[in-house]
Amino acid sequence: MSNEIGNRPGGAPGLGGEGVDRLIEMLARLPGLGPRSARRAALHLLKRRESLMAPLAQTMAEVARTVRPCAECGALATAERCAICADPRRDAGLICVVEDVSDLWAMERSGAYAGRYHVLGGVLSALDGIGPDELRIPDLARRVREGAVREVILALPATMDGHTTAHYIAAQLEGLSAVTSLAQGVPVGGELDYLDDGTITAALRQRRGL
Amino acid sequence: MLLTVRRLGEGGALLEAFTAAHGRHAGVAPGGGSRRMAPLLQPGAQLDLVWRARLESHTGTYRAELIRSRAAAIMSDGRALAAMQAAAALLRWLPEREPHPALYARTIEMADALGADPDWPRRYAAWELALLAELGFGLDLERCALTGAREDLAWISPRTGRAVTRAAGAPWADRLLPLPPFFLGLPGGDAAEGLRVTGHFLGAHAAAAFGHKGLPPARARLAQIFAAG
Repeated sequence: MSNEIGNRPGGAPGLGGEGVDRLIEMLARLPGLGPRSARRAALHLLKRRESLMAPLAQTMAEVARTVRPCAECGALATAERCAICADPRRDAGLICVVEDVSDLWAMERSGAYAGRYHVLGGVLSALDGIGPDELRIPDLARRVREGAVREVILALPATMDGHTTAHYIAAQLEGLSAVTSLAQGVPVGGELDYLDDGTITAALRQRRGL
Repeated sequence: MLLTVRRLGEGGALLEAFTAAHGRHAGVAPGGGSRRMAPLLQPGAQLDLVWRARLESHTGTYRAELIRSRAAAIMSDGRALAAMQAAAALLRWLPEREPHPALYARTIEMADALGADPDWPRRYAAWELALLAELGFGLDLERCALTGAREDLAWISPRTGRAVTRAAGAPWADRLLPLPPFFLGLPGGDAAEGLRVTGHFLGAHAAAAFGHKGLPPARARLAQIFAAG
């Protein structure tokens, strides 16, 4: 079957059979993949049916069945609480608020943070009609009220919507905990000449003594 | 001035801007959703836009260059940020491709003042007054609706939008809105009072006319912030 499909120039739609077309269509919905790269991925999978396709399908089915949001922080978990929330070595007095799980992963890659997280699931957006009730902001307020939280670190996008969300959360948590946000400025290895005006302005405002 | 940015496909963005010559105008910016362009395309940014389309009725594409960013100046000020978001949401009530040069000039002045001029809250409220006039719901603050007097105007009717003098309005004071002096070009008055007046007329009168149910959430949030002090 793989040869049959592979011999079609460009993998024209409708030539791979209904199942293969459906696979290509679904792969093309993934971020970073268009119809052309989806066709290549589908062909690659079909050529490695035993070694790649079957294990991948099995893993995807298992993940779909077992992974759910952590009841405490909203990150991905296979139990009621995720590995970070269940880890007694993580500082429960620190909560880092992120927009999405990918931001949590970025923070974890840095290895510089030893507290816990709270995944909002988005940011306030007037354009998309996302208000506080669509996000996990009430859950965050409850966690801060009920736990011994010393500091909430807002690690939200440096966009208008991200900062609107940060100011809203800071107002909601006023008097409950210290609220800080990540600094903005020159990235490690960055050159001023290549920075946008906004980043330079933010960096200048947040300058510090040496 | 950029009003909204919506990601389109992998790297593009649909931009909506308030322009001097064409009013509210939209177009696709190829690469506008990229990591390089995203910091530049924040709402409130002043852009140099070149629009191209095969037909006038098409959405068309933008070539966008940043003139100056306002995001960094207002992001640290929650109230100024809320005002910018509210202004962007309210400007989306304007019909597309209909020029409003006077309002555009007022908008640029107001946006430049946000977070920079200590008096920006009152300037913002005054801008909403100008927006109401541009939307066809201008308030009549020239003379008293009851006596015709031009002095000591202190109230405004929430139904007609006409000013009333302190003495003439006294019997209905609980039903009238306080008229902030700075709406008359006089010193004094609180921005929150001004926002209550403009918020009432935007929400109760203008919104319905443009097919909306009350104020946009961003404007409602601004009112909450000012009401909280």
